[in-house]
Amino acid sequence: MNKSVELKNKRIIASQHVKLGQKNRKGQTYTDVNDIFYKAESTPSFLTGSEVIKEAIRRASVGSMVAYPITPQSEAAALIGELFAEDYLDEYFRGESEFAVMGQCAGAAFGGHRVYTTTAGPGTLRAMENFPMWAGSRLPIQVCVTCRGINSPLSIQPDTMEMHYLLETGMLVWHAETAQDLFDYTLKGFIVAEQPDVHVPIAICCDGFFVTHTKDTVNMTPEDLCLTPYDPYKAPVPCLDMETAPIRMMRDPFVMKSNYINYSTHASWQQEIKAAIERSRKHTVPLLDGLIDEENTDREVLVVTSGTAVSQSREAIRLLEQEGIKVGLVKIKTIRPFPFEEIKRATKNAKHIFVPEFNVGGWLAREIKSTIQNNERVYVGPHVAGGMTMPSEVIALEIKNHLKASGQ
Amino acid sequence: MSHYEVKAGPEAFLPPAAATMGNVLPDPGEAHIEGRIVPEEEAYEYCARKLLEAKVPTIFPGPLVLWKWNDHVAEKATAIRELANAVPMRLIPMADYRPKYPKIDAAVEINPNHPNLTIWHNKIDVCIFVGVHCHQANLALKMIRAATDCYTIAMCAQAGHEDACLSFRDATPEKIRTLIKAVEKLKSEGVKSQANDFTQFKMDRTGLIVKPS
Repeated sequence: MNKSVELKNKRIIASQHVKLGQKNRKGQTYTDVNDIFYKAESTPSFLTGSEVIKEAIRRASVGSMVAYPITPQSEAAALIGELFAEDYLDEYFRGESEFAVMGQCAGAAFGGHRVYTTTAGPGTLRAMENFPMWAGSRLPIQVCVTCRGINSPLSIQPDTMEMHYLLETGMLVWHAETAQDLFDYTLKGFIVAEQPDVHVPIAICCDGFFVTHTKDTVNMTPEDLCLTPYDPYKAPVPCLDMETAPIRMMRDPFVMKSNYINYSTHASWQQEIKAAIERSRKHTVPLLDGLIDEENTDREVLVVTSGTAVSQSREAIRLLEQEGIKVGLVKIKTIRPFPFEEIKRATKNAKHIFVPEFNVGGWLAREIKSTIQNNERVYVGPHVAGGMTMPSEVIALEIKNHLKASGQ
Repeated sequence: MSHYEVKAGPEAFLPPAAATMGNVLPDPGEAHIEGRIVPEEEAYEYCARKLLEAKVPTIFPGPLVLWKWNDHVAEKATAIRELANAVPMRLIPMADYRPKYPKIDAAVEINPNHPNLTIWHNKIDVCIFVGVHCHQANLALKMIRAATDCYTIAMCAQAGHEDACLSFRDATPEKIRTLIKAVEKLKSEGVKSQANDFTQFKMDRTGLIVKPS
């Protein structure tokens, strides 16, 4: 790295084409993002995760939302429909399938709108072809992925396997642990994804039901303050504006057949999307207060995980502490970009690293194993899947059994 | 702190994007020289010297400055022409990003899908990208670094480019004129342009080359 990315004293630059202090048609004030997140007084509210999504979108100056029902995101999508009825959104409509929804989102984003949608499980996989297309077209669409099981037999219950499929789509992938994270990440996700040097889609993932359908206390920014709207003229590719001269050209991803271009153009294009994800670190670190959170990472036993597995692990660590077993915790907030350096640093003293996951694949453990030295330190598990809960006692027992088997 | 140097190529069959090697873009008030973050003031003289040392220094103006889509852009285009006269530099436009079919006319245009053809054909050794959308600029900059020995400079209106050998950010007409002043200062100190003689071509509305009388 040629320059350290500072955590503090960074002023976040969001779109500036709308005058700050100006009011929108709902009487909300376009406000500097630094003032919204760091100066405005937040108010605690007791809401479900789905209601929290609605409240975040109320403050996000979203142009278009496209909806299609699939549990457990349906409630959030329906609640955002209420926002449309209240005139907070310019456009809201239903697609014919998740595939259609994501295509319609692309159209709205090409046209210069800030676009939001939600999906889950099999819906995410049905829409999959569109995600690399969004990224390749540099469309900063935000999709909330309320994770659920993807395979037969059908399960509508939480399972994070679908996140694995998103990893190399060229999207930013953040993983919310709580409803508070979900509120913050939704608003902050727009700011990072729309930076001109980033400008790729973002998936804000959360564990369905555990986060979406349970109530939690969430500190929310004032309802009368909203983000400045998206500025399509800062995009790194031409905005599809047929009236404005430099833009009166086709955005070519769809017609760029490789027989007309240098093959290395396509390779370079793919590299540029990866580069855009890397550039997002600089904007994400100050907004999320780092890509990971650390608790007692000087300990020899660590739990490194993301999503609600963090909450369960925190309680497991408390249980272990009662038995005299000291365990540290690393919460991973962004899966893409993956916090390679942060995890290397946080785990350098650990002898045993546990990675609890809500899926049978263990993709997060693989990511961590490919990041750190002496990766035999990584214990792949405990795992649950298909909607099972992950009791803290189970995590604690598996840690104890492994340590015992290792002669600790 | 590791440091990936972004130098003129040819670097590799498929070199990495500098951002994935850990290079971070400059903050406002900064620039980068070959991946090293420097105060913007330092970059002007370095850039001016590169331009004057070049045999075929060339500006690639993109669609964002080729069309008068707002008054600010018209002023920027004027400043770019002043820079081309001051060094002097050739002007070869990147008018749009569509792949050229059946074949690019490498003498008079550049395209982000095969930018190396224009560099090779004209033997361009130093170039400035200005008014090119960031995505297309990054594609072209990396491919130029992969296959040619051209030193690339980005005068970016947004956050800058890691894949250029030297990059300014938040470029305005004033910044372009500051670069012109740096060129004039070096010239007044006796540094002479090494540019080969050339005739700046013009195109009419049908696309034909009209040579000045």
